[in-house]
Amino acid sequence: MNAEVKQIKTAAESALAANFAASKSRLPGGPQTAGEREQAFKLFERRGLPHRRIEEWKHTDLRVLMRDAKPLAAPPDAAAKDRAKHSGGLVSGVPMHRLVFADGAFVPELSDAVDFLAGVTMVSLADMLARNDAGSAFAPPEAPQAGGDDAALALNTAMMTDGAVIRIAKGTVVDKPIHLVFSHSGSAATATFTRSQMIVEAGAKVTLVESHEGADDVDYQVSTALNLVVGDRAEVNRVKVGAEGARALHIATLIADVGEGAQLRDFIFNIGSAVTRNQLFVTCSGKNANVMLAGASLQRGTQHADTTLVLDHAVGGCTSREVFKAVLDDESRNVFQGKIVVRQNAQKTDARMMTRALLLSDDAEADSKPELEIFADDVQCGHGATAGALDENLKFYLMARGIPEHEAEALLIQSFVGDAIETIAHDGLRDALMFATVRWLGARV
Amino acid sequence: MPALQETVDQVRSIDVDQYKYGFVTDIESEKAPKGLSEDTVRFISAKKNEPEWMLEWRLAAYRRWLTMTEPTWARVDYPKIDYQDLYYYSAPKKKGDGPKSLDEIDPEILATYAKLGIPLREQEILAGVLKPQSDDNDEDDQPKGEQRRVAVDAVFDSVSVATTFQEELKRSGVIFMPISEALREHPELVRKYLGTVVPVTDNYFATLNSAVFSDGSFVYVPPGVRCPMELSTYFRINEKNTGQFERTLIIADKGSYVSYLEGCTAPMRDENQLHAAVVELVTLDDAEIKYSTVQNWYPGDSVGKGGIFNFVTKRGDCRGARSKISWTQVETGSAITWKYPSCILRGDNSRGEFYSIAISNGKQQVDSGTKMIHLGKNTTSRIISKGIAAGKSNNTYRGLVSAHRKAANARNFTNCDSLLIGHHCGAHTVPYIEAKNATATFEHEATTSKISEEMLFYCMQRGISAEEATALVVNGFVRDVLQQLPMEFAVEAQKLISISLEGSVG
Repeated sequence: MNAEVKQIKTAAESALAANFAASKSRLPGGPQTAGEREQAFKLFERRGLPHRRIEEWKHTDLRVLMRDAKPLAAPPDAAAKDRAKHSGGLVSGVPMHRLVFADGAFVPELSDAVDFLAGVTMVSLADMLARNDAGSAFAPPEAPQAGGDDAALALNTAMMTDGAVIRIAKGTVVDKPIHLVFSHSGSAATATFTRSQMIVEAGAKVTLVESHEGADDVDYQVSTALNLVVGDRAEVNRVKVGAEGARALHIATLIADVGEGAQLRDFIFNIGSAVTRNQLFVTCSGKNANVMLAGASLQRGTQHADTTLVLDHAVGGCTSREVFKAVLDDESRNVFQGKIVVRQNAQKTDARMMTRALLLSDDAEADSKPELEIFADDVQCGHGATAGALDENLKFYLMARGIPEHEAEALLIQSFVGDAIETIAHDGLRDALMFATVRWLGARV
Repeated sequence: MPALQETVDQVRSIDVDQYKYGFVTDIESEKAPKGLSEDTVRFISAKKNEPEWMLEWRLAAYRRWLTMTEPTWARVDYPKIDYQDLYYYSAPKKKGDGPKSLDEIDPEILATYAKLGIPLREQEILAGVLKPQSDDNDEDDQPKGEQRRVAVDAVFDSVSVATTFQEELKRSGVIFMPISEALREHPELVRKYLGTVVPVTDNYFATLNSAVFSDGSFVYVPPGVRCPMELSTYFRINEKNTGQFERTLIIADKGSYVSYLEGCTAPMRDENQLHAAVVELVTLDDAEIKYSTVQNWYPGDSVGKGGIFNFVTKRGDCRGARSKISWTQVETGSAITWKYPSCILRGDNSRGEFYSIAISNGKQQVDSGTKMIHLGKNTTSRIISKGIAAGKSNNTYRGLVSAHRKAANARNFTNCDSLLIGHHCGAHTVPYIEAKNATATFEHEATTSKISEEMLFYCMQRGISAEEATALVVNGFVRDVLQQLPMEFAVEAQKLISISLEGSVG
């Protein structure tokens, strides 16, 4: 047996261990779930908080960025629920089915009932774990390769309190987007761990919106994950809006499995939190699947945002596109690590990845690592990456036509980000995020 | 169909096992005792009559090496190397104090050079036969450019056996000699620059090299001198179970220019042989170094038996303003290639270039790329990498482009394309792009594809065989890089590419 190299635990790691031990008894689920939680926590402890020597976390060293671990959030009180009532601000103008989670707990009285929609079932994770101890629902079949050994995901599995478990029956077309509203409403610096699952059966169509927000003056921590199964010929659009409070730490994981002829469009909008990490593990497991992953990150101050994705083409004939844009002001830092994997029998894969960073300040930093790992020969794969400042010529062109400098800049930035936002299929959501971008630019001095 | 059998035979006859340079030269040699210890290091240092400081330098490296672990991050998979099962020093035995005429040279060495394709006249010089000086003068009278001349330093196992055109180089002030000699004749220069680009502690293989390197080339081009000819080194591993650890140090002083070529071959052996070289380049203000490599170490046979493990640290330091370093490499050999020729762009307005063709066939594994580290203002770099994977090989491009906070207006353009031939090979791209400066402009693009059926069909329809058509398309694919090679090398490289890909179609 190999001896594990023991590293000295950081304060945050010790605190996490203490929190896990203290809150074990009130985490939902029976003995089987408890066992899985123990196992997941052991995996986390073995790996420790991800740090820069772990390649996948090279630029986001949690040993540095996460100095301490906050205690698990208590169930929301009346005041917190009241604050959660109006959350979902950035996309609130869009008619949607709302499911509200305050401080990591489902709040039925603030939520729309989606159960009576034909072909849609939804239970809260806490209820499901309490009712039947089928914890195995969260040991997804693709776990071994897709993020299965990621420490942050393991920690989420160990500590998950609640989330939405949604099933869309075969052929169902959901009329309006389903909106999961995650709000950190308590005034205490706490941590929440939410885990959701959405299974979209063959031929069904749905748009899922996830929004995350909280108070600017509380340094809370959010860990959230979504297991998504896109059935054969199903169509799923997901839009994730990250608008956490200014001092928050936000770590989100998406594990998606895309079936034959199915389509997944994912968009991640990031505008909040001090530290953000979005990790996506997407597997095309059915032939001719079509995947589009996109994102826009608007950062200022000392915001740090990291998007890390692994797109695994396990079978042939799939098409994938990625477009990620980052606008970096002040001393902010953006990290993009994208890996396209094409397995040996995944012939006729067509994969393109593009990542672009716009640096508005001399102190901003953009790190990108677009990776290709290809084992099949009959493929078309490519990636592009750029980093740079605004094009002075374009700016001059606009200014020569009487547009003041800051407006010219705003226009150019808007069009830069717009490229990515335009990949959102839903008109209302696209407009809402475009509007949020304009507002963000307006706040720029 | 009769044609089918014919094709099968043809493919069989041109199996990847055919390695043109896979011969062994039977010459007596002198070796250090097997294994690695402080004694081995002392033995090598003593053999070379090195100054005391050099021995200390080596021993410090050796002690440091003992504390290090072999890196595992590269996408290469190889059996554990037993560092105690290697010879760290091997030299062809000399007959007396240097030959006076061709007859005195060991005919086996001459035969080796003939097989390597070194021109006959150069062979004589290589073998150390002195030519009357008038020969050189005659050539000077001829119009320039009619006959390109190349000064050659040949390294046989661990030692440099001969260096040509010494006299003429000396006249222009260029120092070109084995590094072991330079340590004795120009210790101040070597001491000033050795280990300043690749520090002793840089990485596992570089540290090992620092402890046991036995020879290599040393070049110093004085200020304002344009080196009158191409400088070239041939590396040859001949002995069994020998590691080759050469060290090359090239310094281009202010306003000078030098073009340096490097070629490598090795015999076919069933065991793996280790090659861990370090190359350091330094350019001062306005100087330029062009470094070209055609690497054709024995790649192992078609089932992956034998072959050279090639772990090389190459780095150039653009120390002066407006200086330039350009790396061009054609990598066709070695079972394992682990090599990242890099540029540190320290001087303002300096420029780094990296042109690479990496071809892997059989069971070869290539993990190669470059680092462009922009530190100075207005620095520019360009990376063109073409990877071709065939057979059951894996070919990885791994590169870093970074701009420091003070590297205002840094510019980089990267283009890495991969071509896959067959269903069992892999092509991977792992670029790191780190911009810490808003005025930096980085562009990176990469593509992976196979040879298009249309192109092949077009060629074959005009009576070109599938094999030739593939070579034609591949040559087109790598043209950008071939154009960067000095002429003689470009021809050799083109041939090598078609040899390397033999047996990959079908």
